[in-house]
Amino acid sequence: MNIHIKNGRLIDPKNRIDAQQDVYIAERRIAAIGKAPPGFVAEQVVDASGLIVMPGLMDIAARLREPGYEYRATLESEMDAAVAGGVTSLACPPDTDPPLDEPGLVEMLKRRARSLNQCRVFPIGALTYGLKGAELTEMNELTEAGCKAFSQAEAPLTDTRVLMRAMQYAATFGYRVWLRPQDSFLAKNGVAHDGEVATRLGLPSIPVIAETIALATALQLARETGVILHICRISSAAAVDMIRAAKREGLKLTCDVSMNHVHLTEMDIGYFDSNCHLVPPLRSLRDKAALRAGLLDGTIDAICSNHSPVDDDAKQLPFAEAEDGATGLELLLPLVLKWAEQERVPLLDALAHITINPAQLLGQKMGHLSAGAYADICVFDPGTSWKVEPAALKSQGKNTPFNGYEMQGRVRYTLLDGQIVYQT
Amino acid sequence: MKNPQLNKHGELQHLLTTEGLPVHILRDILDKAETFVGAGDGQEIKKVPLLHGKSVFNVFFENSTRTRTTFEIAAKRLSADVVNLNIGSSSTSKGETLLDTVDNLCAMHADMFVVRHSSSGAAHLIAQHVAPNVHVINAGDGRHAHPTQALLDMFTIRRYKKEFHNLRVAIVGDILHSRVARSQIHALTTLGVPEVRVIAPKTLLPTMVENLGVQVYHDMALGLKDVDVVLMLRLQNERMQGAALPSAQEYFKYYGLTEEKLACAKADAIVMHPGPMNRGVEIDSSVADGKHSVILPQVTFGIAVRMAVMSMLAGNKQ
Repeated sequence: MNIHIKNGRLIDPKNRIDAQQDVYIAERRIAAIGKAPPGFVAEQVVDASGLIVMPGLMDIAARLREPGYEYRATLESEMDAAVAGGVTSLACPPDTDPPLDEPGLVEMLKRRARSLNQCRVFPIGALTYGLKGAELTEMNELTEAGCKAFSQAEAPLTDTRVLMRAMQYAATFGYRVWLRPQDSFLAKNGVAHDGEVATRLGLPSIPVIAETIALATALQLARETGVILHICRISSAAAVDMIRAAKREGLKLTCDVSMNHVHLTEMDIGYFDSNCHLVPPLRSLRDKAALRAGLLDGTIDAICSNHSPVDDDAKQLPFAEAEDGATGLELLLPLVLKWAEQERVPLLDALAHITINPAQLLGQKMGHLSAGAYADICVFDPGTSWKVEPAALKSQGKNTPFNGYEMQGRVRYTLLDGQIVYQT
Repeated sequence: MKNPQLNKHGELQHLLTTEGLPVHILRDILDKAETFVGAGDGQEIKKVPLLHGKSVFNVFFENSTRTRTTFEIAAKRLSADVVNLNIGSSSTSKGETLLDTVDNLCAMHADMFVVRHSSSGAAHLIAQHVAPNVHVINAGDGRHAHPTQALLDMFTIRRYKKEFHNLRVAIVGDILHSRVARSQIHALTTLGVPEVRVIAPKTLLPTMVENLGVQVYHDMALGLKDVDVVLMLRLQNERMQGAALPSAQEYFKYYGLTEEKLACAKADAIVMHPGPMNRGVEIDSSVADGKHSVILPQVTFGIAVRMAVMSMLAGNKQ
């Protein structure tokens, strides 16, 4: 179907466009920007007056909970949530049950996702079998099945030799390795940042060095093996400094932060709010400021939702016993907009963190609206303010630390492959 | 953020922690406790009908004998109906969640819960969940708080030292894992004690503990110098497994309270311990039973303080 999106403010970070430009879609792709291609006849016209038209969001950390945890969420519920949040591509970590360590599982997930036709799913394969940290998975087979990178998700990999072998093997074939740096001994039983709040509340804690020691190991091994390394969800000022230095030195390295850590700190735990039981833990104000600085100077490439839906029963427990995680797909765009407004970041730069940057670090030629690209588009109203009400979220996970927050910016249309998959 | 312990009139609705409690409420509790302790010889008064017709549920998810017993005696002296439930850690393995258990007990018309749980924040969770006419008393949650223990310690200190504003108090031992220590620190600083010290090896101190308003010492002789009150903490045996300490013997040598170390404190210093004591680990028998020790009076005062807390809560309506 030929679609004409007219009168919108087009923001395309990759092509450095921020201007009122019409978008012409034909045969599922961007046919032209600005001026209609010869002979173009629109079958549908979307009036985007007062709205912003941008590439569909790419969220590089969204747990769909399938297979294995369907009581928490299903592909159907989470795909609805994704498109309601303007997310047209997402990468899901391998910590499903069973983990994504077999090509068959990956193919099944891809097929299930494709049949729903709402959002592209890029599975991240398990780096080791069963995420047990001992034997390497068949990375070639998994790549053929559709895996775009390999990761341990939150499972520990304590054997440094296995980690080095995994990186060497991945480097042989140019595969990407994604790591969330955490020393599992230092983090053992911890549920909150090792700082003033955990001390006051008597919560078992995770020190910053649990992150930096594991990060130092990962960086040294990346130097040694030449692997394409992506560091997931850094949480501390010290880690930002280390990554900044490593990038300056020329290491092939990218890094992301979760939207939770861009906005929240340990103080938000308040009186044991289990919605703030997150992994990695929310850290100090200083850490939050450093993460924001890292986004501004390019140390941190992408912002993800770290969407991890949890059922209510698993959250209605004392803080340490409550399951970690929060829903996030529907809040990614408004929270990036909020951060941009607070830090006075031009939208052209801010939106790169949820479009072109994540696409590039995943090795995908998407996340932009050049002529010929897939027409994955998000159209949102920057003027609409709304309040986060868990019951109104489409995700099956209703738990969010942003419950009751005022948000600015609401998705009006989501297009995938040139088709409108969401509108409101 | 609303203080979850106070009702809309600023009165005590639940007792969850000593942190953030207004000083006048702390003083009111101590004053009220005085009325439950007999004058002069420490003889306690008999049964009073302040909680007549009320049901107090002692819900202990973690084992305790002493604390549960003193709460039971306190509730009975206030003429309440008392139900004791030792749920232990096995109930959760049967599949019932903490809040399911609480809902069931609420359906039995509980007016007050006395809760102990191994997880920090459990009492807060229950307090947020119960109906507005139900009161919750935290009898110990994880490493977080044990407010009635701290209040009975404050009561004991006031009995022997009269005032708080001229005292130097040292807390000795496993501060990191201790809910008693946290509650003591907040109570002491709120009541105006100008100098609160903690004495422990670095492995038993939480990060940034000095931000709670205490001075940190690693050496007993320095830390105990000229103190008026020594608050000892119990050392759990499992600390040796967690690599926090090499052995009980070595701990006793450096941090066990002996007469020799106590000589650094003021001549009229008092020694307290929340019990149960590990004699020969954190405290020498000669000190525990010696003239500075007020450990047994602490237990007696514990009943009066718990009576005070329960009767105050019962009188405050949402």
